Amino acid sequence: MEADTKLEAGSANEPNRLKYSRRNFWSGFLFGLGMIAFIDEMVFHQLLRWHHFYDRATTDVGLISDGLFHAFSWFATIGGLFMFADLRRRRAVWLTRWWGAVLLGAGIFQLYDGLIQHKVFRIHQIRYVENLIVYDIIWNTAAVIMILAGIYLLRRAQKSVKREEGRS
Amino acid sequence: MIVLNHSQPHGHSHSTAFFDVAGLGPQLILAFPFVIALVIYLFAAAAAKRKGKSWQGYRMVLFTIGAGCALAAVIGPLAEWAHANFTVHMLGHLLLGMLAPLLMVLAAPVRLLLRAMPVKWGRRLTKVLKSLPARIVTDPAVASLLNIGGLWILYTTELYAAMHDDVLLHLFIHMHVFLAGYVFTASMISIDPMPHRTAYLYRAIVLVLALAGHQILSKFIYANPPAGVPRPEAEAGGQLMFYGGDAVDVFIIFMLCLQWYRAARPRGKMSQKTSAGQFTPAAD
Repeated sequence: MEADTKLEAGSANEPNRLKYSRRNFWSGFLFGLGMIAFIDEMVFHQLLRWHHFYDRATTDVGLISDGLFHAFSWFATIGGLFMFADLRRRRAVWLTRWWGAVLLGAGIFQLYDGLIQHKVFRIHQIRYVENLIVYDIIWNTAAVIMILAGIYLLRRAQKSVKREEGRS
Repeated sequence: MIVLNHSQPHGHSHSTAFFDVAGLGPQLILAFPFVIALVIYLFAAAAAKRKGKSWQGYRMVLFTIGAGCALAAVIGPLAEWAHANFTVHMLGHLLLGMLAPLLMVLAAPVRLLLRAMPVKWGRRLTKVLKSLPARIVTDPAVASLLNIGGLWILYTTELYAAMHDDVLLHLFIHMHVFLAGYVFTASMISIDPMPHRTAYLYRAIVLVLALAGHQILSKFIYANPPAGVPRPEAEAGGQLMFYGGDAVDVFIIFMLCLQWYRAARPRGKMSQKTSAGQFTPAAD
């Protein structure tokens, strides 16, 4: 009977969530990464038109990195959501862990985009204005906040498992 | 065959002879296979129904629109305009190499043929599909190389300019663009029976790399116009290739994920239905 109570850690409605703990993480991580890249494309490229399609300063490796991440994020958004649907039908959704991974994936991509792709590879800048540094600081601080919030949620999910185990 | 050589890569149409690159001859040659394919498809659907086997109407619609997209790219005003304008050429590429293949793959023509054909012919077709060359070409990685690699060669070498001078090259490249696009799409998401289904993760990785190769090329074209292409046309064409590619690929990604989702369903109660993509010739 001990095995059964372990499986039920946290929620009786989602009995399989411990078994699919890793899939919860990857579903969230992929979706988070894809979602932030989608917002980048929608808001900063299309609506605000701050980002440029191509910048004359773009390095070759920047072009490759940009293409790979663009393609990967496009797949990750859809793949992550299908994985979430899979977790639902298996009654294995673990929302704290999932949201933690979403924030972690979004934050890591935003930080990579903000530091490596914008600054090192120079694919394009956030906005073509004089006080660009302000935009850079806000961009990357937001990324760090998302990463920290993601780690916090992931650790809370982990702690709740230990608490459940201690109780049983 | 008369081959007229133009000194300019973008020869204009009002002095074109029948077999000139922009003339009616090559247009008819390129259009012919698609018309034949559409006629065979519709006849096969009717034959299947006569044999008492069902065939979904929406698949007929998909195939018809798909053939229509291909035809729009190879014959008529769009095809003629594409010789003079790179942006229009890129629209033709999207229709012929991406949208038409996607729609036709979703129409499952092989499955329809197997249903409509006498069993003896069906066995022969299955044998061809299972042959070694077919297996090699339909591997996602090989298909991606043929598809995306071909585009890199076309747009980053002198080939693009040469295509506007040489009729045979023009015919070959246009058929290649369609066939490579079709095999690529089929290797990822075919509803048709395939010689060998590769693992979902493998297909996903290759699809991401192929999509990346396509998007990198479109920005490369934006930055480095092919020989003879004015910068504004290359910039507009590159962006059209980028966003058009995204729009078509989102359906391929969605279908691939959907097929994984169905195949990976929990095996509590065994379902009797065969999952999409399994090799089940002639069976309904």
